[in-house]
Amino acid sequence: MSKQRLIVIGNGMVGHHMVEQLIERNATERFDIIVFGEERHRAYDRVHLSEYFAGRDAQSLAMCDADFYAANGIELRLNEAVTAIDRDASQVISDQGTYSYDRLVLATGSYPFVPPIPGGDRPNCLVYRTLDDLDAIRAAAENANTGVVVGGGLLGLEAANALRGLNLDTAVVEFAPRLMPMQVDTEGGELLREKIEDLGVQVLTGRATQEIVDGETSFHRMVFQDDKVLETDLIVFSAGIRPRDELARDCKLELGERGGIVIDDKCLTSDPAILAIGECALWNNSIFGLVAPGYQMAKVAVDTLTEGETTFRGADMSTKLKLMGVDVGAIGDAHGDRSPSARMFRYLDEIKQEYRKLVVSSDGKKLLGAMLVGDNSYYDTLMQYYSNGLELPADPASLILPSSEGAPTLGPDALPDTASICSCHNVTKGAICAAIDAGAADLAAVKGETKASTGCGGCAALLKSVVDSELEARGVEVDQSICEHFAHTRQELYSIVRVEGIKTFSELIKKHGHGLGCDICKPAVASILASCFNEPITNAAHVPLQDTNDTFMANMQKNGTYSIVPRIPGGEITPDKLLVLGQVGKKYDLYTKITGGQRIDLFGARLEQLPDIWQELIDAGFETGHAYGKSLRTVKSCVGSTWCRYGVQDSVGMAIQLENRYKGLRSPHKIKFAVSGCTRECAEAQSKDVGVIATENGWNLYVCGNGGMRPRHAELLATDLDDETLVKYIDRFLMFYVRTADRLQRTSVWRENLEGGLDYIKDVVINDSLGLAEDLESQMQTVIDNYECEWANAIKDPEKLKRFRSFVNDQRPDPDIIVTEERGQLRPA
Amino acid sequence: MSTATALKSKTGTDVNWQALCTWADLVEFSGVAAWLETETGPAQVALFYIPGYETELFAVDNHDPLGKANVIARGIIGDVKGEPVVASPLYKQHYRLKDGRCVEDDSVKLRTWPVRFDGDQVMVKLSH
Ligand code: SRM
Ligand SMILES: Cc1cc2nc3c(=O)[nH]c(=O)nc-3n(C[C@H](O)[C@H](O)[C@H](O)COP(=O)(O)OP(=O)(O)OC[C@H]3O[C@@H](n4cnc5c(N)ncnc54)[C@H](O)[C@@H]3O)c2cc1C
Ligand code: SF4
Ligand code: FES
Repeated sequence: MSKQRLIVIGNGMVGHHMVEQLIERNATERFDIIVFGEERHRAYDRVHLSEYFAGRDAQSLAMCDADFYAANGIELRLNEAVTAIDRDASQVISDQGTYSYDRLVLATGSYPFVPPIPGGDRPNCLVYRTLDDLDAIRAAAENANTGVVVGGGLLGLEAANALRGLNLDTAVVEFAPRLMPMQVDTEGGELLREKIEDLGVQVLTGRATQEIVDGETSFHRMVFQDDKVLETDLIVFSAGIRPRDELARDCKLELGERGGIVIDDKCLTSDPAILAIGECALWNNSIFGLVAPGYQMAKVAVDTLTEGETTFRGADMSTKLKLMGVDVGAIGDAHGDRSPSARMFRYLDEIKQEYRKLVVSSDGKKLLGAMLVGDNSYYDTLMQYYSNGLELPADPASLILPSSEGAPTLGPDALPDTASICSCHNVTKGAICAAIDAGAADLAAVKGETKASTGCGGCAALLKSVVDSELEARGVEVDQSICEHFAHTRQELYSIVRVEGIKTFSELIKKHGHGLGCDICKPAVASILASCFNEPITNAAHVPLQDTNDTFMANMQKNGTYSIVPRIPGGEITPDKLLVLGQVGKKYDLYTKITGGQRIDLFGARLEQLPDIWQELIDAGFETGHAYGKSLRTVKSCVGSTWCRYGVQDSVGMAIQLENRYKGLRSPHKIKFAVSGCTRECAEAQSKDVGVIATENGWNLYVCGNGGMRPRHAELLATDLDDETLVKYIDRFLMFYVRTADRLQRTSVWRENLEGGLDYIKDVVINDSLGLAEDLESQMQTVIDNYECEWANAIKDPEKLKRFRSFVNDQRPDPDIIVTEERGQLRPA
Repeated sequence: MSTATALKSKTGTDVNWQALCTWADLVEFSGVAAWLETETGPAQVALFYIPGYETELFAVDNHDPLGKANVIARGIIGDVKGEPVVASPLYKQHYRLKDGRCVEDDSVKLRTWPVRFDGDQVMVKLSH
């Protein structure tokens, strides 16, 4: 059978997705495929277009490798616009030739609408849709000081942010009375305006531009309906999009009244040889200006071309986005104007600048829509109620009150079978259950079977909870393996390491695992090895196992620089040492801050500066503070009996003693201590993993407290201990935790999952019920005996220092680390 | 200076292969970053070295498009179902070392370059 010729017009996101689908379904065996792209770039990620200004280039935005089309036998004709379709002859025509087709797909997308304003075609009046547009904006911005975006919708705000990033004084002019009129209402729009004005962007709403003429102080002058004027050097129009239906119009395909190529459920146009997908297509009188519905159309179109059955059933336009750092979310009928009898709930916090609104059916049972400004953490739960038609709680308002009010969370078993779990791939809870019943026995298998969570990944947590709960309901023991490379739990690996005396990751994985390992098992094993043997983590065998923070013994910041936290045991520091920190901070231009853990953090050091900085700190007597490690952080202290009129013991002395004893101890998660000098508890010891509070007779020992995300009060383990017993109990407690906890489990969570609870810990630590006490203590002693400041160790070894080069073939610093000054110090720009 | 290396390789046999560094600059089972002079300007390349593995050397973009910083060389390497990957140190997405694809997000991709040893030299081929 000879092959048919398939032509795709448009190499945008949707056209490209269609080609990928064609390849996946082996449709290249029945079709010769030619793809036309008018732009000079092959398909790229338009959704992340703005990142082009943030440093991404055309290459990294591209949706595929340069040779992808050729490698799959597909002809890609870039820089070539189709100018006409001759349906009678089944040909498409470009300025370079005429090409016959058997089947034709229109994926021509849309173009930015420029309102017909006199002067709207002046130079430096631009749009925001393609890479070339962005190049033009960048070029124009070189000679401009000010910029205006016409249109305050989603894309307009994105464009405004881009102008701001190009250092232009930026204003947004919106015709409607508020910003983002499609997504938010008056209150929401007001809040949004405040937030955006706080960022230094001027917002003008309710303004219709009448004409654009020569400016007096700037290049343009915009004249509004009320004769007010605004001068600016550069204008970007972002006043909506219009489908690119000109080819279809010329060849008389059916169009919608207001444009758009009419398609049916199979993505067929009025000519069954021709299909249309993406933003140029009009389905059920709607254009879908988002990429996900376009992808669905692409799948349906491929199915139609290969005699499949699937149909396009519309798409949900709910969106959750962050614009200039501001959360905005809109679900369903967010305005409530599609359901006249709907009832609304609103929550407005003018101080935190948060606004939330619920649109609820008249009987109060169903969620019809929702609107969020300022905090999108409510989105996922609301989306579940909305998309699954779940019955709302008796008081729906609880869903948008601040979380502390205890909004009921939706457990996975509360979801019906029809609940959509993954919206990218349209996977319901029912489909997940079916996959499990058909033999998918773990999360990975369910993912492979259903494709759930392989799109944006936003559903990962939900998917996992559904899978775990369904597996448990079927009596399947949920696989606790640490990762795909070891069929063991962390505790089992710990025992293996200890019993077999294994000292390297490579030996462990050779004997008990497979593959190369990963970013889950490597750091976990590194931590186990350190807890057992405490060899320097900078040894060649251990270096590749560490998270970057441990590798470079500093904390990576968002721009790739590092922060440095020297140890200040108990928070006590001499004025001389303080001066050194000041000098080092000044010399290397580091942002300096007092931490919440009673010490000093120096931010913004480049990788190659770390050794020099540490040399100076070590010379002044500092040691590493392990702020980067899953290890002992700080022992906070209050001033205690040496100064305080209420103090009953020397809390600073004890804090320093404890910090020096346990520094460098690596553990499943970080460990924090505090010591208070009396019951007034100024050191907040009851919120720490290990808390010590002085009594008239000695020390009370508290364990398993936590601040952070889920605060937990520590529990009293023992009272009135002398110094020696206190230390002995802490030795045992910590080592028992190190042996038995899961990876990344703080003592508080470990304690909550420990069968037998506090009584069990008391039994082991105080009564030695397992006969382990001596073993635990001697293991702790090994760790303590092997302690060496990691930085001191690294600094004297040129081999180890080689690791601290930003680039191995060049001294020049990373040019993308850009800083700006704020309150007299530098911070990332 | 990398410009010097670029010049040196240009006088070699294949102008498209540049010597970036030597074997001793690499870190076993981990990555280092190096500058590469391309036609469109200097690029930061992350070089990963997995001795004994079927492919021992990989060269991918050092820029993390999701974390938006030049840090890929500082990630942990491993495999996802046998496919070698690097985990970004910032937000832990995995990028496939062979083709740069992001495992968690199909639409994101790192540039990759052909790379090989030439004696002690690590050679990277300029790709278009
Ligand atoms: C620097 C500091 C904030 C500050 O400027 O004050 C800080 C900064 C970070 N904290 Fe913290 N925390 C800091 C004190 C705290 C405290 C207060 C305390 O220690 O008394 C807490 C609550 C107490 C607690 O942990 O129980 C705290 C609870 C967290 C948590 C939540 C832990 C939890 O169990 O819920 C995280 C996230 C995590 O560890 O997974 C975190 C994680 C982080 C990370 C590591 C996040 C990251 O990966 O980038 C930050 C990096 C530090 C850096 O780059 O140097 N930080 N963090 C504080 C350093 C203290 C120090 O001297 O070492
Ligand atoms: C700045 C920006 C941010 C966005 N953010 C998001 C977001 O966060 N989420 C979201 O879901 N969507 C977002 N979008 C929308 C998303 O990019 C579009 O929905 C998607 O790109 C539509 O894909 P498409 O293939 O239909 O159209 P396009 O990507 O526009 O592709 C159409 C292609 O066809 C070409 N073409 C047209 N006519 C011809 C012809 N006659 N001959 C040859 N080629 C032709 C065009 O040049 C174009 O390259 C955003 C868009 C922009 C501009
Ligand atoms: S806890 Fe007690 S001893 Fe310590 S500072 Fe507060 S009042 Fe003073
Ligand atoms: S919702 Fe995007 S991957 Fe599931």
